[in-house]
Amino acid sequence: MKILVTAKRVEDPESKIKVKPDGSGIVQEGLKYKINPFDEIGVEEGLRLAAKHGGEVVVVSIGGKEVQEQLRHALAMGAHRAVWVNHTGTLDQLALAGLLQKVAEKEKPDMVILGKQSIDDDQNQVGQYLAEFLGWSQATFASKVESLESEQEKNKVPALQVGADGKTVRVVREVDNGLATLECALPAVVTTDLRLNLPRYASLPGIMKAKSKPIEELTPEKLGVDVTPKIQVLKMSSPPPRKAGIKVPDVATLVDKLRNEAKAV
Amino acid sequence: MPRAEITDLLLIDQLLTDEERAARDTVARFVDREVLPIIGQHFREGTFPAHLIPGLAEMGVLGANLQGYGCAGMNTVSYGLILQELERGDSGLRSFASVQGSLCMFPIHAYGSEEQKQRFLPGMAEGRIIGCFGLTEPDFGSNPGGMRARARKDGDGWVLNGTKAWITNGAIADVAVVWAKTEDGGAESVRGFLVEKGMPGFTAREIPGKFSLRASVTSELSFQDVRVPERNVLPKVMGLKGPLSCLNNARLGIAFAVTGAAIACFEGAREYALSRVQFDGKSIAGYQLTQEKLADMLQEIVKAQLVGLRVARLKDEGKVTPVMVSLAKRNNVKAALEIARVARSIYGANGITDAYPPVRHMLNLESVFTYEGTHEVHTLVLGKAITGIDAFN
Repeated sequence: MKILVTAKRVEDPESKIKVKPDGSGIVQEGLKYKINPFDEIGVEEGLRLAAKHGGEVVVVSIGGKEVQEQLRHALAMGAHRAVWVNHTGTLDQLALAGLLQKVAEKEKPDMVILGKQSIDDDQNQVGQYLAEFLGWSQATFASKVESLESEQEKNKVPALQVGADGKTVRVVREVDNGLATLECALPAVVTTDLRLNLPRYASLPGIMKAKSKPIEELTPEKLGVDVTPKIQVLKMSSPPPRKAGIKVPDVATLVDKLRNEAKAV
Repeated sequence: MPRAEITDLLLIDQLLTDEERAARDTVARFVDREVLPIIGQHFREGTFPAHLIPGLAEMGVLGANLQGYGCAGMNTVSYGLILQELERGDSGLRSFASVQGSLCMFPIHAYGSEEQKQRFLPGMAEGRIIGCFGLTEPDFGSNPGGMRARARKDGDGWVLNGTKAWITNGAIADVAVVWAKTEDGGAESVRGFLVEKGMPGFTAREIPGKFSLRASVTSELSFQDVRVPERNVLPKVMGLKGPLSCLNNARLGIAFAVTGAAIACFEGAREYALSRVQFDGKSIAGYQLTQEKLADMLQEIVKAQLVGLRVARLKDEGKVTPVMVSLAKRNNVKAALEIARVARSIYGANGITDAYPPVRHMLNLESVFTYEGTHEVHTLVLGKAITGIDAFN
């Protein structure tokens, strides 16, 4: 089977983000970048499915030349080849989904696996738009029943279960009250939640091999997608700093404050 | 743990290729997740974390700078960065990888027959075969030419006798590269023997009572009339240049690696200093004496990184000389050791326990200061290069 996975370039989640004084964006100097952690989980799931069922994992990223670093990361993990949609400048979620739609129509995968959201702007929209644009079934927030310490996880068993006839996929989803199980017709769009798997370490031979794996370059023009943003970011600002807490002398004061100031009890 | 922005003040990161950064980052992630949470306990109990070997092998760390035979074939800079990250975890773990790759796989790769390479290297890259390196003896450390180990020809093989000391991985090794003089020859007659576990007369015992490299196996190897078949003799090298070339290789890795321990100490001490409050509600990082300590540490880290990177690049360009490696090893290990000691002092009383890493790194680095050419011998190598006068003799 053929699986298309995404590898968005995002700010390292461990780095400190500073908003520019004029609110036009964030300070990018000195920032480190990584593959979106949810996308990395998607790459891992794709590799496990390909190992079990045979087939190919194709990784796609959208952005300037620098996103090749994230594509190489996915290739070093074991993805077979890469598609790079070369575009510099702002893209909103509709544009991203539109570009992915065209890549999916060109590649004709059995499944597209994306992170449920990217950890930079946390929109959680692209997977859903993509399924709608393609007219495919969708399963968001894919998770698994077994823990990340289980034998299944250690043996890299895929959590997404493809039916024996290869026409469906069974997906366990995280929902507010627990887990829901869906069965989707293939092709389908799946978005990953945090507890789907633990991504493998890119191996050193993998890093060496990734250098010679092909990266196909496309552009929004070649794909015929108008990426003019429909959403405009007006201003960015830091959340207000947390105020220091207070100490109360006794329980009675605490209860009084909870009742009358916080109105929590 | 993310690297503090200040640690890379001179943007040395930008001197690396994407591939070099990727190699460093994948090993860094492994160290953060698999090594840092458990290493303190292993150091305390004096046990080697052997359960990490399959993970290291799966990542391709073992012999990562060698070509073919299941090895990754990375350049020297990538290899140095890999070792730097392991060292940030623990020098004992890094020593395991250095010995396996630079001191055991390298001589087989460089001086072994095709049959020997096929027999050992893929298994060693996969971590199924553990190797060690026997050159130092109880009475011959800095002067390996005086070694007593001797092999005599006997029919279609050799009979080996002698004792080797301070052997990392010794008691867990499946194969030992042992250097011995042959027949009645001198240093020029030295040859390399692949002594395998289970060969009659070959025993290894752990050296007890270590206060350093406690998460690493250090052993004494004994050979009593050990019969070594001809097919286990390295065919392509004779004389001390065999073992010395291995050491030169390993030393370069060590010079690059120790900065990892220094970074761990610096970043830890910085965080501790910022959170530790004394007098007037002020963190100790706000006092001039602490700031001077931190400034000295950072300055030495930046310098050591540049020295390590330059020497590794020269190696990749085929221009490195042993004197360059002596300078790098001498500078970087001394700097790392000083940084660990000063970091320990910033932690105050907390610094003497294994709840924090500096004292572990400090004790480990005392070994690194002495092994792979003592600090003093590297001084004399430099002295000879500067003056043309050999102070050894």
